[in-house]
Amino acid sequence: MKRMLVISLIVVFLLSAVSLLFAAEKGTIKIGAILAVTGGASNLGAPEAKTLEMLVEQANASGGLDGRKVELIVKDSGGSPEKAISFARQLIEEERVLAIIGPSTSGETMKIKDICEEGKTILLSCSAAESIVNPVAQYVFKTPQNDSFAVIWIYNTLKQKGISKIGVVASNTGFGTGGKAQLEKYAPEYGIDILIAEIYDKEATDLTGVLNKLKAKNVQAVVNWSIEPAQSLVAKNMRQLGMTAPLLQSHGFGNIKYVEAAGQAAEGIIFPCGRLLVADALPPKHPQKALLTAYKRQYEAKYKEEVSTFGGHAYDAFTILVEVVKTAGTDKEKLRQGIENLKGFAGTAGIFNFSPADHNGLALDSFEMLTVKNGKFVLLKP
Amino acid sequence: MSFEQFFQYFLSGITQGSIYAIIAIGFNIIYNTTGVINFAQGEFLILGGMIAVSLSAYLPLPLAVALAVAVTMGVGLLIDLVFIRWLAGPSVLRLIVITMGLSILLREGMLHLWDEKVRALRHFTGSEISSLRILGAYISPQALWVLGISAVIVAVLNLFFKFTLAGRAMRACAANSLAARLCGIRTRRMVSLSFMLSAGIGALAGCTISPLTQTQYDMGAPLAIKGFTVAILGGLGNSMAAVAAGLILGLLEVFSVSLLPLAYKDAVSLAVLLVILFFKPGGLFGRREEQVLKEF
Repeated sequence: MKRMLVISLIVVFLLSAVSLLFAAEKGTIKIGAILAVTGGASNLGAPEAKTLEMLVEQANASGGLDGRKVELIVKDSGGSPEKAISFARQLIEEERVLAIIGPSTSGETMKIKDICEEGKTILLSCSAAESIVNPVAQYVFKTPQNDSFAVIWIYNTLKQKGISKIGVVASNTGFGTGGKAQLEKYAPEYGIDILIAEIYDKEATDLTGVLNKLKAKNVQAVVNWSIEPAQSLVAKNMRQLGMTAPLLQSHGFGNIKYVEAAGQAAEGIIFPCGRLLVADALPPKHPQKALLTAYKRQYEAKYKEEVSTFGGHAYDAFTILVEVVKTAGTDKEKLRQGIENLKGFAGTAGIFNFSPADHNGLALDSFEMLTVKNGKFVLLKP
Repeated sequence: MSFEQFFQYFLSGITQGSIYAIIAIGFNIIYNTTGVINFAQGEFLILGGMIAVSLSAYLPLPLAVALAVAVTMGVGLLIDLVFIRWLAGPSVLRLIVITMGLSILLREGMLHLWDEKVRALRHFTGSEISSLRILGAYISPQALWVLGISAVIVAVLNLFFKFTLAGRAMRACAANSLAARLCGIRTRRMVSLSFMLSAGIGALAGCTISPLTQTQYDMGAPLAIKGFTVAILGGLGNSMAAVAAGLILGLLEVFSVSLLPLAYKDAVSLAVLLVILFFKPGGLFGRREEQVLKEF
């Protein structure tokens, strides 16, 4: 008995020594990603994961980062903030990643913002709520445009159309409630009167009740703020109720799958979006055109599905990281400062100009107003 | 509120309510014959919807729906044969845990077979934007299909349980399984039949609501919870009461939206459920003795 104990102890010791040896020999750069590959936000997380895998493959094929191979660790949070928290701890404490890309949703990001700040690990979030970078946390950045910019573009479009009375519906996620707050904040400035604002459950399967309420108030337009499949439901329910008011969505509509799910009800939906979806319509000299068309071509060839702006956010996060590693190496503090000083960097969402006070780096002009025509995304003609 | 608006809410309410009622009937059929609360009931709806969506790419819609119902009935039978049949005198807790595990198994199975994307079946008639005007209210033709098919299911089940031998045999098992066995009824077969029946009507309901609510692999659990709530509200085991309770709950939820912010919808329906159960623990239409007899 005693002999067995001694032998097993020696074996365990040898095994751990060997594994330590392997760990030291690997020398890969670990990059973590917490993405909602499945679940309600899968139209965001799945393209993000695919984009990252594609980019990491390309990076490793051309020599890797800083001379070392890149190891991508993708964790599927399913859009759940609780899972995001435990994955964040795992990636920071166990895997000791250089940086975390994601999460896909604002609700999850807000929950892990403090964890990444305390763990001094760079977080490049792919979600949009302004509260992620305001107040600024030293290690937390985001690549999508602010929801406040989207609101301003929407309100400008409404003013052009002469609409002032609107109804707002938003989902009960961090993104939805954040967007609703921004809509309410900017309404007086743009002369918009929000007659009614309601929050629906992110898993809602029928919104005819609340839309009936909006219809009864005779709203001139409906603004929906969510990233769930509910974006398509709102469109369908509105048409089924015989509502003719225009529907405006957030920049969470930037995946053609939402249009496909809504079918004919998607015609005429207006929303602000990055230029990725209309890359072909850009003038040839536009600073983003080359990288947008290249990304679009590569992604669509590899995955046989159309690009979405969400995959673009992951693209921006990774390429920003790669760009800064070139000059700052893999020291986390230098990397962080490197990102803060990055200016004029062309990404899919726009041109990034970071600063210590601005951890998003995008301006109002990173958006275009798009609409749906014949089941495709096109630029909205004023 | 004008009459048009009232009628609009009313139509929304009974459409939602009839979906809840069908799920509750599925719970009741299995509960009556076996005493098992089948927490995988919601998954039957989603499975039916998913299969129909896949098949509808190759087959005409009615055939796709019929095949989806048949396959789901097969899955129901399989569940009974593999997991339930060989249990000898199981406790309620054990059965609950088993069916919950089955629900997770089915959900993950669907995730792997179909991936996480949201799908929707084609509208039976019309499209996503068709809208019929009835008495000033607008309703999608698909909602009328939901109402119609739910009514047909309830009517056919009623006839089945009253006039066919198999139906009466199932009621006998529900009343007293030992006595039924002494009368020569094969109780094990009745149990399998109840699972198949529940799975079948679940799948049919799932196909019918898919164009409206869209289908995703993990939508089964919330549906099952709502359906179970309605079954309890009506009195567990009583299917006609489940229909009434389903309609009541549907109307309650929709009219609460008209008065209160939408965010309170679930809170209102659960609060009402709690109040009703406080005064009538057997459900709205249940009687204490009936719970023991488990009459259909």
